[in-house]
Amino acid sequence: MRAICLYLHMHQPIRYREYSIFDVSNKSDYFKDKYDGRQSNERIFRKVTEKSYRPMLALLEHNIKLLPDFRFSLSITGTWLEQAEKWAPELIEQIARMVKTGQVEIVGETYYHSLAFFYNREEFDAQVKLHADSIKRLFGVTPVTFRNTELAYNDELAKWADEHGYKAILAEGWDKVLGWRSPNYVYRPTDTKNIKLLLKNYRLSDDIAFRFSNRSWKEWPLTVPKYQRWIDDDCLRGPLINLFMDFETFGEHQWEDTGIFAFMNEFISSWLSEYDNKFVTTSEAADLTVPVDEISMPQTVTWADTERDLSAWLSNAMQETAMKEIYALRERVLASKNDKLISEWRYMTTSDHPYSMCTKYWNDGDVHAYFSAYASPYESFMYYMNVLRDIEYRLNTTKK
Amino acid sequence: MLGWELPPHNSGGLGVACLNMAHALSRQHVDIDFVVPYESDNEEYDFMNVLSATHLDPIYRYGGGSYASLQLEEKVIPTKEDDHFISIRDVQHSYCEFVNKYLMDFKPAAVHAHDWLTYEAAILAKKNYGIPFVAHVHATEYDRAGMHNGNPLIHEIEYEGLMMADEIIAVSEATKRIIHEKYHIPLSKITVIYNSLDESYYTKKYQYNNDAYNYVSSLKRDGWTIVSTVGRFTIQKGLSFLMDAAAMVIQKNPKVLFVFAGDGEERNDLIALAARLGIAKNVIFTGFVRGRKLRDIYTISDIFVMSSISEPFGLTALEAAHHGDALILTKQSGVSEVIWSALKYDFWDERKLADEILAIANSPALQDTLTSNVKKEYNKISWDKVAKKCLNVYNKTIKHKRN
Repeated sequence: MRAICLYLHMHQPIRYREYSIFDVSNKSDYFKDKYDGRQSNERIFRKVTEKSYRPMLALLEHNIKLLPDFRFSLSITGTWLEQAEKWAPELIEQIARMVKTGQVEIVGETYYHSLAFFYNREEFDAQVKLHADSIKRLFGVTPVTFRNTELAYNDELAKWADEHGYKAILAEGWDKVLGWRSPNYVYRPTDTKNIKLLLKNYRLSDDIAFRFSNRSWKEWPLTVPKYQRWIDDDCLRGPLINLFMDFETFGEHQWEDTGIFAFMNEFISSWLSEYDNKFVTTSEAADLTVPVDEISMPQTVTWADTERDLSAWLSNAMQETAMKEIYALRERVLASKNDKLISEWRYMTTSDHPYSMCTKYWNDGDVHAYFSAYASPYESFMYYMNVLRDIEYRLNTTKK
Repeated sequence: MLGWELPPHNSGGLGVACLNMAHALSRQHVDIDFVVPYESDNEEYDFMNVLSATHLDPIYRYGGGSYASLQLEEKVIPTKEDDHFISIRDVQHSYCEFVNKYLMDFKPAAVHAHDWLTYEAAILAKKNYGIPFVAHVHATEYDRAGMHNGNPLIHEIEYEGLMMADEIIAVSEATKRIIHEKYHIPLSKITVIYNSLDESYYTKKYQYNNDAYNYVSSLKRDGWTIVSTVGRFTIQKGLSFLMDAAAMVIQKNPKVLFVFAGDGEERNDLIALAARLGIAKNVIFTGFVRGRKLRDIYTISDIFVMSSISEPFGLTALEAAHHGDALILTKQSGVSEVIWSALKYDFWDERKLADEILAIANSPALQDTLTSNVKKEYNKISWDKVAKKCLNVYNKTIKHKRN
């Protein structure tokens, strides 16, 4: 028996606009850029909906109906859901239909796609609960598996998830941690009782997510028979292939004209056409085998960049300051009991914000620059701090 | 190499750039004869020959000008046989004659000519001797005239030179665009090579001297932020926008001091504007500064603003960064094409400029990240890389010739 665990992550942050110091204390419309502005949440959401969410969900639903053995897992952030409710509610209905078939599983995470686990454990708990409540309300299910923002994982997180009754937790299958071991098995995190660890097969995942359209890649163009041969080979290392990637891979990172949709459509039925091949959800994957070994990751490992650490979010003084200042406001924000203020403060905890302040590769003008909604990491920081100033101003004035 | 000035007889960045470039080229084993339009004992270098095209004193390289009285001319300026005014055109004429004579005996592989002053001599080399001509554009008449038309004669010479040149080197993409759009030169003939920081900044010993700006230091100790700008006070530099932004900054944060270093025809207007905006106390005018005093200004400043409406490159930004300043640059400056670790704005966007100054003044984290990252950047742009790129351009022209 050989199984593919396909897991897709859906997320859009709520971006703050180029919020001037001269706006502080005058207007608090941080999240409302003009429609064609660079940080226009509505424009970006509608664009990605047309390019990626709509065609890919249609493709997935088509296969769900056609192939009763097709399964996949989804994680959907609260900030995505809020924007979809406003600008594309039919997508939520479509996902709900698929969840109802039992072939689609929703994975738990923080509502705001934040790094709260590393800053404030109470806030982290609160955001995980908010997310679970939302998923229950919209889809009628409660997540039993967990992924942290950017797959940021360490032993402590595994312990937390074990204590909170999750069946499985997702992490990067990073060679430096695994050594000779294969990501194609189920593992047990150190010091846990019941939870299983699922590790991303990053080579086979990245063949689709990053390399698919790269014409200077020697394997380009990637065809289904070729890819399936690679999977066959990799299955010699273990029966479970964990393909974890961003949902936006399909249509947004890899455009339709690269053939990504046709590839995926063909691949799904081609995989199932072979005897003993199957798809599993994350919780089914956890039950697939007994844990073959124990794995410890005392240092945080993520799925980002070649370093696989948190440095894309937390390596310079601006990022450290921004995170320190946002979490320092927490007690006062919650004490205000002002729901609007609380949720706006929480929008600012989203990890995309410190990511856009990353200067690690800025000089080379690479992926960080390309995907950023801001002209530079420095501008992003500047506007972020202005928003915090206004939030603090609101705290000071509502008290009276 | 055809130039108009070398340090110490330089009035601006052109001479410094020529010297650094020639030095770096010599390290690539290029033999250089550098022609200047004057005679002086000061220019002795072991890495190239400096040739004097005339016996004029260096101060007359731009002609006698309108400042010279008739008496002075008779006494000091060597006149030609017909005894008329010595103008810059006369200097250029003698320069051409010298180059023509020189080429009778020597045949260099290429002629590298800096700006319009030397283009006529380079054209002559190409026409009479078939020597490949590389034109190096540090500025055009459009830049000098604040994007207006300027002097038609200079335009004519620039146009002819750029048409005749086998290859053109521009100091930035912005300059390349002007050469293409205003002089109708095909883009394929133009290569962008950015300038680097003057090497003497690394080699000459320098220590900050507190005496010059003691008052400013004392403000700094009281928690003030120092913002500076350096340059000629002309319309091209966009300084009135900076002054308006300063007023907006001071309204939010009164502990910001603006230092305007330089001089020029806009000075009195700027002083009056500061007074009218009610911020005269927060604005200091230093007058023209150079050398050590200039470096002291860079050192004492926290933020350096380049507010130019048009700036072919903008070497002062690299100098300021070298002395630890956070940079704010207009998107219209050439230097903003190569430097990423800076805040940027459009020259007319005063509010954004004010926003950026306040953001740095209010956040040590932003200031530290900007200043430490920019150092990593300009260290990557070296004169040796400039020289290698120049060599590539020379080789292209030599290939043209063979074909």
